[in-house]
Amino acid sequence: MSTQQQEQPETQEAPKDPEMKGQQSPQQERLDKKEQGLAEAESVDESDVEGESVHLKVFRYDPEVSGKQEPRFDEFHVPFEKGMTVLDALIFARDEFDSSLTFRHSCRQAICGSDAFFINGSQQLGCKTQISDLQQPVRVEPLPHQEVVKDLVVDMDHFYDQMHAVEPYFQQEDLPEGDLEEQRQPRENREKVKMSTRCIWCGACMSSCNIAAGDNQYLGPAAINKAYKFAMDEREDEEIKEHRLRILEQEHGVWRCQTQFSCTEVCPKDIPLTEHIQELKREAVKKNLKFW
Amino acid sequence: MYEHDVIVVGAGGAGLRAAVAANEAGADVAMVTKLHPVRSHTGAAEGGINAALREGDDWELHAYDTMKGSDYLGDAPAVETLAQDAPEETITLEHWGLPFSREDDGRVSQRPFGGLSFPRTTYAGAETGHHLLHTMYEQVVKRGIQVYDEWYVMNLATSDEPDPNDRTCHGVVGYDVQSGQIEGFKANDGVILATGGPGQAFDHTTNAVSCTGDGHAMAYRAGVPVEDMEFIQFHPTTLPSTGVLLSEGVRGEGGILYNNEGERFMFEHGYANNDGELASRDVVARAELTEVSEGRGVEDEYVHLDMRHLGEERIIDRLENILHLAEDFEGADGLVEPMPVKPGQHYAMGGIETDENGETCVSGLYAAGECACVSVHGANRLGGNALPELIVFGKRAGYHAAGGDLGDAEIETGYTDAVEEEDDTEFPVQPGSAGLEPIGDDVAADGSGQVADAEGVLERAVETESERVDRLMNKDDGVQHAEIRSKLQKAMTDYVNVFRTEEGIKQALEIIRECREEYRDVYVADPSKTFNTDLQMTYETRNLIDVAETIALGALVRNEFRGAHWRQENQTRDDENWLKHTLVSWNAGKPSIWYRPVILEGESKEYEPKVRSY
Repeated sequence: MSTQQQEQPETQEAPKDPEMKGQQSPQQERLDKKEQGLAEAESVDESDVEGESVHLKVFRYDPEVSGKQEPRFDEFHVPFEKGMTVLDALIFARDEFDSSLTFRHSCRQAICGSDAFFINGSQQLGCKTQISDLQQPVRVEPLPHQEVVKDLVVDMDHFYDQMHAVEPYFQQEDLPEGDLEEQRQPRENREKVKMSTRCIWCGACMSSCNIAAGDNQYLGPAAINKAYKFAMDEREDEEIKEHRLRILEQEHGVWRCQTQFSCTEVCPKDIPLTEHIQELKREAVKKNLKFW
Repeated sequence: MYEHDVIVVGAGGAGLRAAVAANEAGADVAMVTKLHPVRSHTGAAEGGINAALREGDDWELHAYDTMKGSDYLGDAPAVETLAQDAPEETITLEHWGLPFSREDDGRVSQRPFGGLSFPRTTYAGAETGHHLLHTMYEQVVKRGIQVYDEWYVMNLATSDEPDPNDRTCHGVVGYDVQSGQIEGFKANDGVILATGGPGQAFDHTTNAVSCTGDGHAMAYRAGVPVEDMEFIQFHPTTLPSTGVLLSEGVRGEGGILYNNEGERFMFEHGYANNDGELASRDVVARAELTEVSEGRGVEDEYVHLDMRHLGEERIIDRLENILHLAEDFEGADGLVEPMPVKPGQHYAMGGIETDENGETCVSGLYAAGECACVSVHGANRLGGNALPELIVFGKRAGYHAAGGDLGDAEIETGYTDAVEEEDDTEFPVQPGSAGLEPIGDDVAADGSGQVADAEGVLERAVETESERVDRLMNKDDGVQHAEIRSKLQKAMTDYVNVFRTEEGIKQALEIIRECREEYRDVYVADPSKTFNTDLQMTYETRNLIDVAETIALGALVRNEFRGAHWRQENQTRDDENWLKHTLVSWNAGKPSIWYRPVILEGESKEYEPKVRSY
């Protein structure tokens, strides 16, 4: 069933700079794109999907197994089922054809953030991407701009380091003595930070960012978004906010962002990352914090 | 070899809370986890955290609701500890920054949940678990607690005295998934298992692929009894094609269940004349399957959950995540159509037997969270009671393991001569590994008591696992884990599901035995030492076999209907014979079943078993 023809990988290009879009929200754009993709898939070849098989081309690499030390693509033909996601197809290929096919995954519902891959040229979660929305063959590659450990597994250490670099925790030292009571937070303030708290640390944004690709020290969209939550949350006092802005306005911080919106485009949680970064730039200007 | 005071295995809500508590008590604590902490399955919890925070509510009401929900199989000291400590723990999370939903006055929001007499489910949208997980991880980062992430714990290093009550756990054997290195982790003060649920024993489950009951199986084979394993919660609202969960919050906010005739069956067919959709989860799950089996299901498979009447504004404000899940995983738009739902495996009420301080009968070994059975949930867990369990008992286990004083526990652990033993149930096949030729040194604790000192115990455990890895990797053919796992999952979903019969459960036990025999021929095809998930999943499958067997054994012996456990042969609760916990001991490969009476005597009152109607 599975044919494992080897093929040289094509050069992994960073996604093209998206044009600056007008008023449409990224979520709406993604929905539109999805519908469009659906229509295309239907018009392309319905029979190729229904009752037939899914043609996967999966990136393979293992530093210590002969035959896999040179990166290659393996092809798998997996029986299609309605509702099948890219993750479902990969699991089938692994469990039925090749148990060495390696990828991270856990929750299957877009909350653990383990399975961001480069699918048909864009960063997406495998579990959240319907096969029926994709052109075949479906090309699955590891996230670009990160070191490949094996097959679709990339080294996430640098990503985690950047997340930790923004001091992502409330700074208050002690909890109040005696009877605990919650701090009051206005609904509006909770609303303001809400989108930023949805981040699942999947790394899709960082991988899509040209700036991060060229500047290894750039904090990157995910870490800046994490910092945004703390900078905007009114439960922390002003003094700490200034400390937070100083971390963000440094040379490899918010000013690096060139508002290409690629992070916002790929975010599976529809977080307005670029807007958050812009807002932090404005805050830094207001406080007259500039690294230069 | 690595060495720390306290080793926490698993980094979901319970593990993270335990690590913070141990750190605050002054211990050098490290977390060893097969996933990076933020990938843990706590993140998928949606509904909220039950805590009596408001005027008109108090911990005693929370305890009462929990005891009733448990169908009188929760132990009062555990239930009362949960209810008493939940408010402080919830507010602590708020101070650590958890972005709870808010009321107009700025206080944290609470909402109604099934089986609660007061709307005490404190929530952050329909993604409370995600926020709890990330907030707790932030605290671990803040404290600089060492995390060995993507290290799979293969086994415990436990001494080998004949009586499990005399054994000591000295650490764990870890496998670095990225490099294939096997290392001992010595724990000077204690090992805390916080490995989550065993949902992967079933094939339609809300649980992550990583929920493989590793902690259950390792503790069980080391001699710790597992308790009330037959009590598996099937959540009434999971998406039919994937098992993805739609929070009880949908019904809490007013969502309605309909059958294919458009009837609001919870009322119209009399399943819960007072509480309707907000009856306890087991009641709603059985009602749905009854509707389907009587021909009133949609496409003979599921029912409809409708929330359109709540209006877009309220849905977006409180349940936005539900819209995304229904759209992404079932293609249903909850704003314009009802969403298809059916029951799916969701939670294990039972687990590793512990007392209210998190301690097991093996010295130095603790468990907290879903993998543990204190027992808070008894025969059925109420929605919104899992997250407070993580933080309340995670904290207690961490503090106690680090040497903190919590006083003597009221709940007993470990087998003693005083307890009642099962002797007349006929098993269709021999459970456990008895009758099978051992392969290598395959028995975790065989009672020989040969090695005494901590280093020796750890070295021996590392050696055993290294040999096992070599054996699995060097074998060139045989059967692969995926085949055995899917056979096991299918058997459990076919025969040990919402409706159970003696014949079906026996069938399951026979298939589990087949799986156990086939597993002796298992091999790992991937030759690589780098990120070998084939090897890791082969380990996990072994754990699933042991855990599934304890679930089926418990289900077979408990011939009554209590909470989530329904038996065709006896469809009533039998308080005369069954106000007791089921315990299964590995017993060096020859599992034995025994019982311990439930504790219904609370701090100031006795919980009198009443008819459980909603």
